[in-house]
Amino acid sequence: MKLRIADKHIPIAATCAVCLVLYGVASVIYRGFFSANVLVNFLTDNSFLGITAIGMTFVILSGGIDLSVGAVVGFSSILIATLVQKAHLHPAVAITIALALGTLLGLGMGALIRFYSMPPFLVTLAGMFLARGMGFVVGLESIPIDHSFYKALTQVRLPLGPAVDLPATALIFLAVFGIAVFVAHCTRFGRNVYALGGNEQSAVLMGLPVGGTKLRVYALSGFCSALAGVVYTLYTFSGNPIAGTGLELDAIAAVVIGGTLLSGGIGYVAGTLAGVLIFGIIQTWITFEGTLSSWWTKIAIGALLLFFILLQKLVQGKRPG
Amino acid sequence: MNGRQLDLDQLLQVRGLSKSFPGVRALSSVDLTVRRGEIHALMGENGAGKSTLIKVLTGVYSRDEGEVTLDGRAIDARSPLEAQSLGISTVYQEVNLIPHLSLAENICLGRQPVRWGAIDWGLIRKRAATALARLDLSLDVNRPLSSFSIAIQQMAAIARALDISAKLLILDEPTSSLDSKEVAQLFAVMRKLKSEGMGILFVTHFLDQVYQISERITVLRNGQLVGEYESSQLPRLQLIARMMGKQVEELDAIGHNAATRAPVAPKAAFIQTRGLNRRGGVEKLDLEVRAGEVVGLAGLLGSGRTETARLLFGVDRADGGEVRCEGKLVSLRTPRQAIGHRFGFCAEDRKNEGIIPDLSVRENIVLALQASKGWLRGLSRTKQDELANHYIKALNIATSDAEKSIKFLSGGNQQKAILARWLASQPRFLILDEPTRGIDVGAKFEIEKLMASLASQGMAILFISSELEEVVRASHRVVVLRDRAKVGEMAGSGISEAAIMRTIAGTEPKQNAPAAPGL
Amino acid sequence: MATAKPGTGDQGLWPKIKWPLAALALVLLFNGLFTAGFFQVEIKDGRLYGSLIDVLNRAAPVMLLSLGMTLVIATGGVDLSVGAVMAIAGAIAALAIKSGQPLMVVLALSLGSAVLAGAWNGLLVCVLEVQPIVATLILMVSGRGIAQLLTQGQIITFSNRSFEFIGRGTFLELPFTITLVAGVLASLAWLTRKTALGLFIEASGNNETAARYSGVHTRLIKLLVYAVSGFCAGLSGLIVAGDIKAADSNNAGLWLELDAILAVVVGGSSLAGGRCYLLSSVAGAILIQTVTTTILRRGAAVEFTLVIKALVIVVVCLLQSEAFRNKVFPARRKEAT
Repeated sequence: MKLRIADKHIPIAATCAVCLVLYGVASVIYRGFFSANVLVNFLTDNSFLGITAIGMTFVILSGGIDLSVGAVVGFSSILIATLVQKAHLHPAVAITIALALGTLLGLGMGALIRFYSMPPFLVTLAGMFLARGMGFVVGLESIPIDHSFYKALTQVRLPLGPAVDLPATALIFLAVFGIAVFVAHCTRFGRNVYALGGNEQSAVLMGLPVGGTKLRVYALSGFCSALAGVVYTLYTFSGNPIAGTGLELDAIAAVVIGGTLLSGGIGYVAGTLAGVLIFGIIQTWITFEGTLSSWWTKIAIGALLLFFILLQKLVQGKRPG
Repeated sequence: MNGRQLDLDQLLQVRGLSKSFPGVRALSSVDLTVRRGEIHALMGENGAGKSTLIKVLTGVYSRDEGEVTLDGRAIDARSPLEAQSLGISTVYQEVNLIPHLSLAENICLGRQPVRWGAIDWGLIRKRAATALARLDLSLDVNRPLSSFSIAIQQMAAIARALDISAKLLILDEPTSSLDSKEVAQLFAVMRKLKSEGMGILFVTHFLDQVYQISERITVLRNGQLVGEYESSQLPRLQLIARMMGKQVEELDAIGHNAATRAPVAPKAAFIQTRGLNRRGGVEKLDLEVRAGEVVGLAGLLGSGRTETARLLFGVDRADGGEVRCEGKLVSLRTPRQAIGHRFGFCAEDRKNEGIIPDLSVRENIVLALQASKGWLRGLSRTKQDELANHYIKALNIATSDAEKSIKFLSGGNQQKAILARWLASQPRFLILDEPTRGIDVGAKFEIEKLMASLASQGMAILFISSELEEVVRASHRVVVLRDRAKVGEMAGSGISEAAIMRTIAGTEPKQNAPAAPGL
Repeated sequence: MATAKPGTGDQGLWPKIKWPLAALALVLLFNGLFTAGFFQVEIKDGRLYGSLIDVLNRAAPVMLLSLGMTLVIATGGVDLSVGAVMAIAGAIAALAIKSGQPLMVVLALSLGSAVLAGAWNGLLVCVLEVQPIVATLILMVSGRGIAQLLTQGQIITFSNRSFEFIGRGTFLELPFTITLVAGVLASLAWLTRKTALGLFIEASGNNETAARYSGVHTRLIKLLVYAVSGFCAGLSGLIVAGDIKAADSNNAGLWLELDAILAVVVGGSSLAGGRCYLLSSVAGAILIQTVTTTILRRGAAVEFTLVIKALVIVVVCLLQSEAFRNKVFPARRKEAT
């Protein structure tokens, strides 16, 4: 029996295969890898990467790119910490402000890209410098957060078994993932994103709201990055202006490894989840190994990126011109 | 039929439509009428204004003057979305849909039904299937659009139009990439829609198809309306004459006949093709060009002339057939290979395939010559200036200064500069695709004289032009193409505008014998 | 290649370089007025010292990167991997020195690897037709990992006077780094102006199709510029390593690719490809370094550099955007082609 997979599903099928294979091999090599705790940790440790990558998925699906996400994570985290600890605002208020600002920055970048046709690479690069700079303006060093609201949040957990539960950070990640899947597949905005990335000219001629979609997609990415910053504060109980440095690259890598084409139009949010899991597996593998060092993660990610990009090229080449 | 009934029949009425762009008047007071249940063909050569008219109707451009009435209501579509909601749907030559999305989704994109906040995919599939059923098609609507053939993709675009409840369907060159079976399928669909009362505006350049499917024909030329005719009342020859702006009888009467040059003595061809073909390009072409000869390639827009040129220069790869240069088989898979055989190619689309916009006129002129010399043997600045100035004078290129960016020159002067580029490389075989487009009359003669002198020095030249007079004046031999195939060839005194037009129309009794003057 | 010829309006270096030079003049003026001793230059032990010299010295790595980057951008691409390649070159050099290799071998190995890395990028872009951002992103991510692997995450220090000369030596009373930059600049300028390479590069970037139809070997040209970018990155990495007498794979060249891209953009070369201005990119690099130094000298915080960089990018891109220019300066209209 021959398994027929549509061409466009090949990349994500490959991602899932790689994910399972990696996990399987690791479980065989290391005792303890195959445990609920490790699985939960994949989600928790990578929750802010995951949320960022989900926002990035939409941007890349639309044919653009967002380099500012890591900087916004850092900015949001230090802003929240400062507002809570120095200005004594309630965390809920601080979080709301951070989310609003992140979305606003995204909207601003989207406007420059949409109205003046400026290249997304440069505009979001400027956004990255701006957000990182503003982060340092707010605070130069890490500030620990000490508030009852935060302590209360850590109590929010979903028990999964006798000794295992999902903490709030993982829950937020999964919630965002669920909403993103819904938006991507069941809303007009989501389908417009796919159309815009698939063929912008056609989308215009088909009467789709291309300009509005562009604006929204960058605003969405800004929101997700800010939310990732919030999750960062939950995870580390602090805010740090240098948080998220280099996160944009990891996010892009997760999205590409997850089967989304950098040229846009093809890909799945679920693929990004798989990509983030692969990140988690590789990092945990290296920790378990003990003798391997962190740079192997970088090399592995680079190699995976190469593999998946070549795969994408292969698949693209098969389609009629 | 009384006047009122005539009015009710009219679906689309365009009156006095005009549209200008900086420097060019694309449409000048054009009228067009499409009736309900009618297939109406829109025809015209290059620069006629067809695509501008379509873009105004579909809301891509806004009009300068004129009125458009649809179904009795005056309309002014300002965007594709508005045009669609008014009931005008367009299917373009490059199917403008989203390839990776499913067939069903493409049909309903932008108007998906929503239930409790979520898109109702089940309903989408149903609507798509219904729309396709109206075209007598039953397909797996879940498959991605790109997995279907171009013909089916066009059907999908038409199905989308039906889903939008289009009243007027505009088909812009839909048959360019279809084979004969697919064309028949498309026509069956068009006839069905017509019988249901839809008005169809069919833009095409395939003569056979126009007569097969349409009831009326509107001809445009240079942005103006030439006339509206009943297909059954307009013989082919007259149609061609209208499109080209000629009067056949006049030409015959005046005797615009014999080319002023005798055919070159038959000798071994410099360039020879046998059975050259490419899907979507040309069919089994046999062509010969001798050294010292100018071969004119004549035919209507879309007949395969540029496609031939691209095959000969290695821009496109042939599916089959062979090309010989001086008797030896050559491989023409890239432009560099062609240039290696000392070919040159002055492309038709100078904006995308000709000029390097930010580079200066001098740099544009010396580029091909320099490329053939390699990077190390750079032409000295003095030599470059010499070359540039020589051609600027020789071709009368209007520029205050050879260092200006070529993008600031007018179209005609850009054209001359590109011509200069190829002349500077001194090829043995030169392909000129519409070299005189956009050039003033005086300069056109200069270029014709130049071609003659190059030929007399032994260059083989393939000259493509839509201006019949030029082809007649400049060529030793003329090869005529129609609908992607060669339909005739003439030489010497057999060359005349009337003869060419007749050959295109297919009414010329004897293709290769020279016609007696005055016939 | 862009030549400065009077009276030719749109062509030439001056229309582009005047902007970074003007901005530079402003910054220097500011420093002259408000920063004590900024222009002071003194000679000690046969070498010039002073803020101005300092700026040029510190800017050397980015100046070199921007030279290679200019050529890559001219072909319509971009090279994100230069920072990582710097780290790799430094690591290889350190290892070679520690294993006792003679200077020539050290240089050959490190610069050779850098060129190979560049050629790798070129292969991905030209033969496999991967987008430049993506292709160089791969090396950007994995390259630093490779550099870290080579040094096992440690900072490898070494002592080798002849090598250190690259980063710390003095030549004609100026830091040797300046000589290196001048040398590379001169070589590339010669290559692009005195041979046909400049013409081919600019043509390939401005209209690849037309260039290809004219017989330009566009693929080979693109491969070449990535290799050159790799070389520049390698040399830059050697300067950094020589200066600190160590290979620090974690930090060498970190984020410098962005500064290099910024320098090229400020220098007036369009990201879309086409005309490129080597000298102007260098001016842009000097401008960026001067602004950074000024801010630090004033005691203001580092973060302002970032905000200013952001503003510069936005302003330059807005000016380059046709849509923006048409809205703000509606009078100017080109005639239709």
